Amino acid sequence: MTTKSKRPTPLKKKKISGAEIIYRALEQEGVEYIFGHPGAVLLGLLDLFLQRSKMKHILTRHEQCAAHMAEGYARASGGVGVCLVTSGPGATNLITGITDAYMDSIPIVCLTGQVGTSMIGNDAFQEADIVGMTHTVTKHNYLVKRTEDLAKTLKEAFHIARTGRPGPVLVDLPKDVMLGEASFDYSDEVDIRGYKPRTKGHTRQIQRVAEAIKESKQPVLYVGGGVIHSEAHKELLKLAETANIPVTWTLLGAGAFPSRHELSLGMLGMHGTAYANKAVDECDLLLAVGSRFDDRVTGKLSEFAQKAKIVHIDIDPTAIGKNVSVDIPVVGDARQVLLEVNKLVKKQKRSLWQKRIDRLKDDFPLSFDAPDGSPIKPQEAIVALSEEVGDKAIVTTEVGQHQMWAAQFYQVSFPRQFISSGGLGTMGFGFPAAIGAALARPDKLAIDIAGDGSFQMVLQELATAVQYQIPVKVFILNNYGLGMVRQWQDLFMDRRFSEVGMEVAPDYVKLADAYGAKGIHVSDRADLRPAIREMVETPGPVILDVVVDQDELVFPMVPAGGASKNMILQDQRKKKPLKGKLSALPDN
Amino acid sequence: MRQVFSILVNNHAGVLSHVSGLFARRGYNIESIAAGPTEDKEATRIVIVAFGEKTTLEQIARQLRKLYDVREVQQLAYNESVTRELVLATVWADVTKRTEVLQIANAFGANIVNISDETVTLEASGNDHKTRILIKALERYGIANMARTGMIALPFEGMTEDWEPLA
Repeated sequence: MTTKSKRPTPLKKKKISGAEIIYRALEQEGVEYIFGHPGAVLLGLLDLFLQRSKMKHILTRHEQCAAHMAEGYARASGGVGVCLVTSGPGATNLITGITDAYMDSIPIVCLTGQVGTSMIGNDAFQEADIVGMTHTVTKHNYLVKRTEDLAKTLKEAFHIARTGRPGPVLVDLPKDVMLGEASFDYSDEVDIRGYKPRTKGHTRQIQRVAEAIKESKQPVLYVGGGVIHSEAHKELLKLAETANIPVTWTLLGAGAFPSRHELSLGMLGMHGTAYANKAVDECDLLLAVGSRFDDRVTGKLSEFAQKAKIVHIDIDPTAIGKNVSVDIPVVGDARQVLLEVNKLVKKQKRSLWQKRIDRLKDDFPLSFDAPDGSPIKPQEAIVALSEEVGDKAIVTTEVGQHQMWAAQFYQVSFPRQFISSGGLGTMGFGFPAAIGAALARPDKLAIDIAGDGSFQMVLQELATAVQYQIPVKVFILNNYGLGMVRQWQDLFMDRRFSEVGMEVAPDYVKLADAYGAKGIHVSDRADLRPAIREMVETPGPVILDVVVDQDELVFPMVPAGGASKNMILQDQRKKKPLKGKLSALPDN
Repeated sequence: MRQVFSILVNNHAGVLSHVSGLFARRGYNIESIAAGPTEDKEATRIVIVAFGEKTTLEQIARQLRKLYDVREVQQLAYNESVTRELVLATVWADVTKRTEVLQIANAFGANIVNISDETVTLEASGNDHKTRILIKALERYGIANMARTGMIALPFEGMTEDWEPLA
């Protein structure tokens, strides 16, 4: 160098590999766990997990479960879940998990390996156009073409995943981009044109909400996953208690409000409580917060909450007015909006409405029969689990009858305690999600309330749980078949049970043993609670196989597309329907 | 290289995204895309201008032809086809600059569609060469806003097979 200048030369940043950039970016994002499955294009990145220990890579047995574990981690922790898989089949195996996260607004970042940029589009070995395939199921996705763009892209990906209405973001990483070198700069603030989610509600709209609450005689709060995502549970409790508003929740909203609270109505919708659905039918003001009027909630739209003025608070403007016309829309973050609403709402007594609600609860309680000598009823198994474990647990579920019973009978008392696949209804979600949740919340006991059908889709992850000694418990309500479809065939197809029997099933005790986990089998009522205690007290992964009554159906039930007033209240095969009593109810 | 694709497709929902997806998959940006009805009610003509490796563009053309809804793909060279684009440009031009801008417009046969205190809006059409020179000339004054239709193209009829394009 011939320069004589005394000026200090600007510190030239050292160039590092693309893989190193990814690793550092993940560190900066505070990532604790990466759920993944390796492949040839990931070698450089995988090598770093040997050299460092700050982040832990969890080797799953199937990529779909890596996505579900990331979801479970995200939902239990409130952070962003991360998965890392290879190109081609590794990436395509993620799609169900990504779609699940998209439907339920779960923030996950999926890193997929890709063949080198020069080979993209040539049908190279293990090449798949994953960006093209996931356009409709991601909040956003990227194909990174230059090593220089890696850091900025990853920072944006995490930002998009966790802000606004959260959701999955996929970043496709070609092999040569990870091998190339660039300097690492993670300091830039993310500023994306056209992506500025509105979090603060409009002042005038918030005033209108407060006025509507004041004028209402029979209000109901109908809350969804948005309350959990925005951590608005305290504000929700305050609003409900101040203005005396009963609260019902969606499957994704379970935990937003304590289920033992006197203002609690439980879940609404197809398999919701009769009193929640009746209350929504009768209410004059429906305050929807972070919920999206899903068809499983509303049933027949033209008859849903007909008498009510509808307030919809949601961070996603496209969710508002999508299914029902809304009288007072408020676009904003649930917590921020409720904070503002609470400033305007005054103490209100609604003794008549409360009396009416109490009456509905007395007249139409959730119930089931478990006579002596009968097989174990799935509902009683959930009640027993809830009573034995209660708030010590974070509960995940698979999809089907057991899921609905869990939503009805497990007493959930805090946010992120109940984790279930709502929008997509993905069988096989619960077990990997429980593994993710167990890692996110080591202070809690992660229990997957499972059906035998769902669990058999993902049971290979027992190996993952045993390998890392993740203390996850699988509580199988085993009816040797696909109960929910069987239920529909029972009710609507004259009991012609086609393709729902799974009498050939593993011996779960032997299965657990084969993987090096603990297995317990119960078919007798008297053994149920001791077995639950044994499951809780045994360290490491445990399967508790509870054989339950195959003929038990989930009630109440609003037939798909039906109106909630035509709800089937209980098993009509055994008892006279409560029709007379329902129609005898006053209209209001 | 730069290539013009003239693609005749069935007028079905989703065809445009299928066609553009083939370019996206290779990470190629589409420079312009214009689609509109044709003499056949059930067909749409999509004209795409894209940059890329010659062999890859050739491969994309072949893959386009494989798509169910694609009837015909023509890869057009400039001197074998007539190409046009419509440009709307609002240029910063207060009274001191207005005459100059109007002169430029005049020279290019551009129409003036709006004049405000500070701006002039022009409408110009032409081939790629002409629009490029015009935009360059206007950039001196500052372009406040611009919208372009993207190129549309048709082959010159009457060319014989043995006709050799110049350069």
